[in-house]
Amino acid sequence: MSPLVQHLIANLVQVAFLVVFAPLVSGVLARIEEMIQGKHGPSILQPYRDIAKFFAKDEVVSEEASWVFRFAPFIAFVMPVFVVLLIPALTAYPLFFAFMGDMVAAGFFLALGGFFVALAAMDTGNAYGPIGASRTRMVGFLSEPVFIMVFFSVSYVANSTIPYAVNAAWAQSWATMLEPAHLLVLVAFLMLVIAENDRIPVDSPSGKVEIAMIGHSKNLEYSGRGAALMKWAGTMKLMVLIIIFVNVLVTPWGLAATTHWGDIFLSLPKVLGKILLFLLGLAVIEASLAKLRLFRISEFLASAFVICLFAMSVRLVNLA
Amino acid sequence: MNPHVLEVARALDGFVAAIFVLAGLGIIMARQMRGTLYLFILHSLMLTASAVVLGVTLDSIHLGLVAVITFFTKVLAVPLVLVWTTGSSAYQRREVEQVLSIPFSILIAAGLALVAWVVTNPLINAIPDHPFAAINLTTGMMAVFFGAFTVAVRREGVAQLMGLFVMESGAFFASISIVNDLTIIAEIAAAVDVPIAALVIGLLIRNVHKLTGGTRVGSMAELRERH
Repeated sequence: MSPLVQHLIANLVQVAFLVVFAPLVSGVLARIEEMIQGKHGPSILQPYRDIAKFFAKDEVVSEEASWVFRFAPFIAFVMPVFVVLLIPALTAYPLFFAFMGDMVAAGFFLALGGFFVALAAMDTGNAYGPIGASRTRMVGFLSEPVFIMVFFSVSYVANSTIPYAVNAAWAQSWATMLEPAHLLVLVAFLMLVIAENDRIPVDSPSGKVEIAMIGHSKNLEYSGRGAALMKWAGTMKLMVLIIIFVNVLVTPWGLAATTHWGDIFLSLPKVLGKILLFLLGLAVIEASLAKLRLFRISEFLASAFVICLFAMSVRLVNLA
Repeated sequence: MNPHVLEVARALDGFVAAIFVLAGLGIIMARQMRGTLYLFILHSLMLTASAVVLGVTLDSIHLGLVAVITFFTKVLAVPLVLVWTTGSSAYQRREVEQVLSIPFSILIAAGLALVAWVVTNPLINAIPDHPFAAINLTTGMMAVFFGAFTVAVRREGVAQLMGLFVMESGAFFASISIVNDLTIIAEIAAAVDVPIAALVIGLLIRNVHKLTGGTRVGSMAELRERH
């Protein structure tokens, strides 16, 4: 098999890894959070059951809805798939699509999905959809500068915005990993992951009151296949951001270094293990913090921005 | 000194310094008293960690003693003294009032960090033979500014006290990189005055709490004489 074909197949394996395991990641997170609260919690396979149930149901679409509403779930589903083609999910070496786009492109793909979902929420006659969409845009506008600053800080360190190059730059030595700029970027990116995925303290994923929802009210109008795709897309977006966090920024080790299939499949449990550790941390954060009031979210993201600014300054003045 | 060891030690000290700055920033931003106290403990723990890193790398017994003394005074004694003197009611889950909004405070903090770097840069260039001065001097100066800013913008007695301690920790963080052979008397004196200050100001805050029913010193502006 030629290396080009093998890289293409490995890329597709990464996509399959994301599509198959994303609901499991969300299921495990929900279970850990329930366990921290002293409850038994649903099965870790519950998201799979929910998605299968939605696919089996009929779809009801509002008469007010246009093509945007029907189209948005597909865009939301496809965008994380595009992102995983660009990032080191299982292999440390660049794959077929690695140089088709950098971290800015990854951010663009995720933002594009979010944009269409927000449009779709405003497309129906549901009163809560536009409220959720406008709130999500507010969070989006605030998190955008943080995204850009994280990319700038990371590219300063690695001299590249290609995720594989960043991964290689961090993995060089422990000294590189311990740089203050690195820690500051990590903290800012963690805050961004929380905000972008509508987790506590920005939004409550288990909240049932529509008027208090931010990200989750956008999906209220979907049913059947649309609801299944939206749920699946949500889990994939979370997993993609976690993969970027753990594989590119925090622990750039444990990925396949050779083109042997055995090596690639051996990296699968290692990456899942790293994701599990991240989920434990995220669950602790969510269990120990309260949801912020809507107008306090700006403070949360402003602090993430300033932390990025610190990271940039530390790099610029070459403090350490 | 082995250059590789020095490189790793500098990276480790930089990592500790980053958490030190984050904790200082958190003390400016934290809205709840209990959160402020936990962040102060983290801040002090990072001061201890930096002293350990510098002590081991520079093979200085004095810095080791500074680490031990800092741990027992700032990480353990000061928080206990503060909770004991001011009473647990001050740490209930209520919000601390600020003169400025949090985003504006964060922006000013970023500016202060830049000023700290500008102020310390000539000093760092003047002492090239101190390998940790670039990190500790700048970070320590940032903490001094952050502490002063906390004292200025907080309308809560205990939070202002934390600001004072952040300033003191900042001064210590900077000084351990330049002077690492202080006499033990000076080290003990510098460390003991902190719990004493906590005790005295804590008792004062306790009396304010008894007299006015709270420690929100911002509302005491109404007591000023009107001309």
